[in-house]
Amino acid sequence: MIANSPSIRLLSTGLRRVLGSRVAAAMAAPHSVDRYLELFDPTWSVHEVRAEVTAVRHQTADSVTLTLRPNANWQGFRAGQFVRLTVEIDGVRRTRCYSPANSVHAGNEHIELTTKAHPTGFVSKFLRDEARPGMIVMLSQADGSFALPDQRPERVLLISGGSGITPVMAMLRTLCDESYTGRITFLHYSNAAKDLIYAAELAAIAARYPNVELLRAFSESEQCGELQGLFQREQLATAVPDYVEATTFLCGPPGMMKAVQKVWAEDGIGERLHLENFTAAAPVIDSANAEGDVRFARSERLAANNGATLLDQAEAAGLRPEAGCRMGICHTCTCRKLSGQVRDTRTGELSDSGDEDIQICVSVPVGTVTLDL
Amino acid sequence: MSHFSKLSPEQFTAIGAEFDGIRNRVRADLGERDANYIRGLVKRQRQLEVGGRIMLMIPPTWPLGVAALSVSKILDNMEIGHNVMHGQYDWMGDPALNSKNFDWDSADTAKNWKQTHNVEHHTYTNVLNRDHDVGYGLLRMSTKQKWEPRFLANVPLTVLLHTFFQHFVAVQNLKIEEVLIYKTKTTAQLKEDFKPVWKKMRKQLAKDYVLYPVLAGPMAPFVFVGNVAANLARNVWACAVIFNGHFPEDVEQFPESVLENETRGHWYVRQLLGSANFSGGRLMHVMSGNLSFQIEHHLFPDLPAHRYAEIAPQVRAICEKYGLPYNTGSFLGQALSTWKRIFKLSLPTRDSGPVRQEPVNSELEPLRMAA
Repeated sequence: MIANSPSIRLLSTGLRRVLGSRVAAAMAAPHSVDRYLELFDPTWSVHEVRAEVTAVRHQTADSVTLTLRPNANWQGFRAGQFVRLTVEIDGVRRTRCYSPANSVHAGNEHIELTTKAHPTGFVSKFLRDEARPGMIVMLSQADGSFALPDQRPERVLLISGGSGITPVMAMLRTLCDESYTGRITFLHYSNAAKDLIYAAELAAIAARYPNVELLRAFSESEQCGELQGLFQREQLATAVPDYVEATTFLCGPPGMMKAVQKVWAEDGIGERLHLENFTAAAPVIDSANAEGDVRFARSERLAANNGATLLDQAEAAGLRPEAGCRMGICHTCTCRKLSGQVRDTRTGELSDSGDEDIQICVSVPVGTVTLDL
Repeated sequence: MSHFSKLSPEQFTAIGAEFDGIRNRVRADLGERDANYIRGLVKRQRQLEVGGRIMLMIPPTWPLGVAALSVSKILDNMEIGHNVMHGQYDWMGDPALNSKNFDWDSADTAKNWKQTHNVEHHTYTNVLNRDHDVGYGLLRMSTKQKWEPRFLANVPLTVLLHTFFQHFVAVQNLKIEEVLIYKTKTTAQLKEDFKPVWKKMRKQLAKDYVLYPVLAGPMAPFVFVGNVAANLARNVWACAVIFNGHFPEDVEQFPESVLENETRGHWYVRQLLGSANFSGGRLMHVMSGNLSFQIEHHLFPDLPAHRYAEIAPQVRAICEKYGLPYNTGSFLGQALSTWKRIFKLSLPTRDSGPVRQEPVNSELEPLRMAA
């Protein structure tokens, strides 16, 4: 429940204790107490995090920034972490991962999510076109190890590309709110100035905080950025000469992430680089060499292996397994493999052939695989 | 003479394709309309339940409370519980409306029910020895069931089954007759199987007959009696709807041999011949969980039930095209026909054959039920 003032908060705590009690559970059994609370307010829940969209902004043509007011079950997040957001589109629930971009000091009554609508992005396009204040969404608690450490580093380098800006934006805003005194370099890559989300706020922060250095790199020519072109070692060495000393946080498209990781690995400072994959590299699908069948044991379905990920193959077979990020970070799709071997699309690693939990969104079958689906 | 033998293998294939076509068209069209329908219904059921339980505590509104709680329990079990646990709304991805998670306001555990109902009853509809819903191990519902003296009690036992339906269904998966009569199951095994059932039963009994009466304080007797009445109303109604769906006199029942090499087309036709509809208005359909469209439900058990009314004309047209019966009638007519069968079968019939033996595999012809 939403708690705004101290007295309401107190009342809310007492009410929550009653609603979460065993008596309440026995009264509602076999249904959950939430199913009755929903009658009064769609955001009321004893355990689930639900949120109301309170504001919708379009900072660039293809992006949308949502302000959410979560219910009191929201436990807050660490700058850099992500949440799983679930919306219902034409009757079907869809879950995707987004990193809150607000400062952790903005209070628990407020979460800001920004998403860029990709041409193939079903949920991001829906949010850009359909999100309105008053809309109710479901959230998970914050998750992920990509986050500012509690012991703040002395020197921070934030590198991002495209909509990978959101988790590092949360870090920048959080550090500024804390009157952090160390030096921060905010290095961001995008195609053109018009695509830069948070352009005005970044400029304002850089102007206000002398310890924040803003480096905008645009790949298209004739843009008014501090840097030009894609990430390269020489450019980095000139623009951020002390990058070796900095604790670096990286989030961006796969190509850029790879290039940055390579530099850090070559310099032997890989442990100073923290990263978040926000889009998966397109998995290498080898349909020509796909062999065997995919067996879905519980639903008693069988499909010829076409080389795609098990999640895609399950969906093509008409199943609707739970899934979230579709890139192997959120573990929503984790499912029991009963037999067979799979290859991790991210690492190329082969699994055991026995009974184990696998993430089906990043696993392709190698030969016949049986899933408990 | 069964309708099975009138059809050629090509016709079975064609019928299979036609029914698959209906199914695929509805599946492709599922969306917000279906989500809104089931959510709206869940909301209405919760309102009736909360309202009903409050009204039971206030003497002047007591009769209304009984009515509201009865309707709430019927909706919970039939149009919501039965249909959600069939997986009709799994495609929505809502954990609260998912067949894996849903549990209903009934003494029966969701897990046991999905086994006896979704697996045994729906896969082997009206196949003797396979479909336990044929008589629930209690009644003689087919001439091919060997007559035993205990079946003289067919009629009073049917009344008993209606009265305590939720508890009979709860113990259905235990197959008690195998312990008491056929001695093919041990008492120890029965005790083990009863544990999860008792756990659920206990919770349900405690909720309706201890917790809510206690909460009502001095009104406890009113609430207690009101809950008895609501559970009874739900039991009788649910049982009557289910009996109407499979036991009117013209509905066929089948020997196990029918399952050998059964194609999709054969399966569809068996479902069709083994089910019966009854007519009514929108309210009748909702209150019966759309099992008034038992035929459509058995052809497409995992399509959202509120769609059955829409596809019924197409199903009927296919039946007419292939000369197959489409068994329907008024609720009372079907009920009367069902009770006639129950009464007749309580007495020995001439063509009763042994049922606990291997089925005669020389003929693929189903056995017609009408005496």
